[in-house]
Amino acid sequence: MSRLAPGMVIDGFRVEEKLHKGGMATLWHVTRVDGKQDGDSERRLLMKIPILGDNSDPAAIVGFEVEQMIMPKLTGIHVPHFVASGDFTGQPYIVMEEIAGKSLRSRFDEAPLPIEEVVSIGIRVATALHDLHRQNVIHLDLKPSNIMFRETGEAILIDYGLARHDKLPDLLAEEFRLPMGTGPYISPEQVLHIRNDPRSDLFALGVLMYHLATGERPYGFPTSVPGLRRRLYRDPVPPRALNADIPAWLQELILRCLEVNPAKRHDTAAQLVLDLQNPDQVKLTKRAEKRVRDGMFKVARRWFRSIGMEYVPQQSAATQLTRAPIIVVAIDLNFGSEALAESLRVAARRVLQTEPGARLACVTVRKTNRIGMDDLVDREGRNIHVKHLVGLKHWARPLNISAEKITYHVLEAPDPATAIIDYAKVNAVDHIVIGSRGSSAFRRYLGSVSSEVVALAECTVTVVKTPGSSSQAGLQAVMPPPPGETEGAQAGTMH
Amino acid sequence: MLIAILTDIHANREAMTACLAHARERNAQRYAFLGDLVGYGADPAWVVDTVMDYVARGAFAVQGNHDIAVTQAASKHMNPQAREVVEWTRAQLNEEQLQFLDKLPLTQEHNNLLFVHATAAEPKSWEYITGTLEAVKSMHATRARITFCGHVHEPALYNLSPTGKVSSFVPTGDSSIPLGTQRRWLVLPGSVGQPRDGNPAACYALFDDVTHELVYFRVPYDYESAAAKIRAAGLPQSIGNRLEHGR
Repeated sequence: MSRLAPGMVIDGFRVEEKLHKGGMATLWHVTRVDGKQDGDSERRLLMKIPILGDNSDPAAIVGFEVEQMIMPKLTGIHVPHFVASGDFTGQPYIVMEEIAGKSLRSRFDEAPLPIEEVVSIGIRVATALHDLHRQNVIHLDLKPSNIMFRETGEAILIDYGLARHDKLPDLLAEEFRLPMGTGPYISPEQVLHIRNDPRSDLFALGVLMYHLATGERPYGFPTSVPGLRRRLYRDPVPPRALNADIPAWLQELILRCLEVNPAKRHDTAAQLVLDLQNPDQVKLTKRAEKRVRDGMFKVARRWFRSIGMEYVPQQSAATQLTRAPIIVVAIDLNFGSEALAESLRVAARRVLQTEPGARLACVTVRKTNRIGMDDLVDREGRNIHVKHLVGLKHWARPLNISAEKITYHVLEAPDPATAIIDYAKVNAVDHIVIGSRGSSAFRRYLGSVSSEVVALAECTVTVVKTPGSSSQAGLQAVMPPPPGETEGAQAGTMH
Repeated sequence: MLIAILTDIHANREAMTACLAHARERNAQRYAFLGDLVGYGADPAWVVDTVMDYVARGAFAVQGNHDIAVTQAASKHMNPQAREVVEWTRAQLNEEQLQFLDKLPLTQEHNNLLFVHATAAEPKSWEYITGTLEAVKSMHATRARITFCGHVHEPALYNLSPTGKVSSFVPTGDSSIPLGTQRRWLVLPGSVGQPRDGNPAACYALFDDVTHELVYFRVPYDYESAAAKIRAAGLPQSIGNRLEHGR
């Protein structure tokens, strides 16, 4: 193959200018000249070409193969749109959407950043990670230079050369003896050659947030295997010791991401998002108040334990996600009947029993006016928001759920259904449990909140009824039932 | 061209019918049968007739150890249960069907694809590919880039990298796997008529030789009827029972 130069045409793509040359690949701007359309014809395209030579690193070739396998499987806003790829029998390449702007790398020189910005980046990157994990992919090389942002703010994760797809052969697992990853960000389990735990990406995100919040790297920039192994036993300096502006709850979250044992981290990226978006509900532990690193005795004990430490591989992105869903129970505090409140609790309990790793978010909507001011206190002078929170906690108390598994949210919006649907979307909720107050003729004309949620939510919705509630309706023979509601059944689940 | 690969049908008419219908719905253009058409199941004559019909229309077919066993005197190495089935099966087949089984080739090649029942290293040895060791031996023994084989009743996928590293993969679900041209591949679709990985659904695979995409499928079928027929034919009970557990 002759050297690539501007003007050359490869499989219908004309090579324009060189954008970047890295260690493993060169990036070129290309335009389509084969007349084929790819959705948005305005989209700028980028061609990635691996650097192959006599003494090229086999990692470059295998990494490129991996990226060629995984990228066509990815969809959504958090990944670069894949266009085409060329096989190794000719000129190997990947053509994808070219993303404008700079990677997150450019912000690191300015660290420490304001706390709000650190949190905002954390939320956006964790949201992107959850979307990736839902697609059965673990990134395994999350770092600032692999994160970009859309103009609308969403994070885009790039470079899938070290990634792993649950449903594809892992070409990298057998290929190399050295741990694969990037020194500062690699998770302890990756150091031990474990490549099937999505929580490895949460560790890398913890390193990233630590660095952005303090201006320091928690584990430095080791390049040797013993240097990488240090993170198995040596804890980082607590972030608040480096930057007193960091709130306790953020230190709690960052240090939880940096736990050596993945089981002590958040179960899923979505659960981290939930915490980052609700600082007042983060359950603070000893991590939050930690001021100095652990003493030498503790470290020495961990060091001994780390010798010969191996994790048992039993994970995949998909199994970890199904094990730890986020369940929303949408609660109308004007139940009308204690029976419906109890039916909702029964339904919530059932879901929690089958998925012990589930997290319950109790949500209620405080209806606000579309126009004009809202009262903050009721006629008796009580804070309305607090009153709603008290109501939610009262509803949940009989469930007896430990504090770190349950959160309470009062949404303020003019339209309850829209508020619940948006909440579920923003927090990557897996399952909504919602009550339906039977079907009066009035409700059938206006449409109930539950039927709207069933029709429009992007996740599974369970509609809970109390026995006999539907028989109150007088117009059953005339009017069709609202979409999604199972007539006469106590609970109908729509998938 | 989309090729449907079916192996180890073992005279299971219900499973084969379900897989063929599934492949037809997905517009399979060509078929490959990797041997062991008979043995265990209650419908050897129907299965052999069906494969003969597909072969007449251009399908690939190779011989398995059970196919050769019914055409020859019973081998001493065979366990008593298997021998009982072989003798029953032989009695169900006419001369033409036995001739067809006897004349099946051990391997067939198509461009850079190889079809074989057991290992490519020595097809007649009927060596089981149960791990990377046997897989490497088989991949080194052929020029073909992709080998499809059966004999082992569990789905698996092996690959050999240009640097000589071998890795194995157990496919789950029906997502398509691109078989990159950089490496050699050994594809075990799993058994149509006697799956043994704990899932009773029939196994087969579809391969597109233009895009190099491979998809493993699990097709549910009426194994209760298939098992009932085995019992009704007076064949050993355990053969029917295991269909219900996929073991």
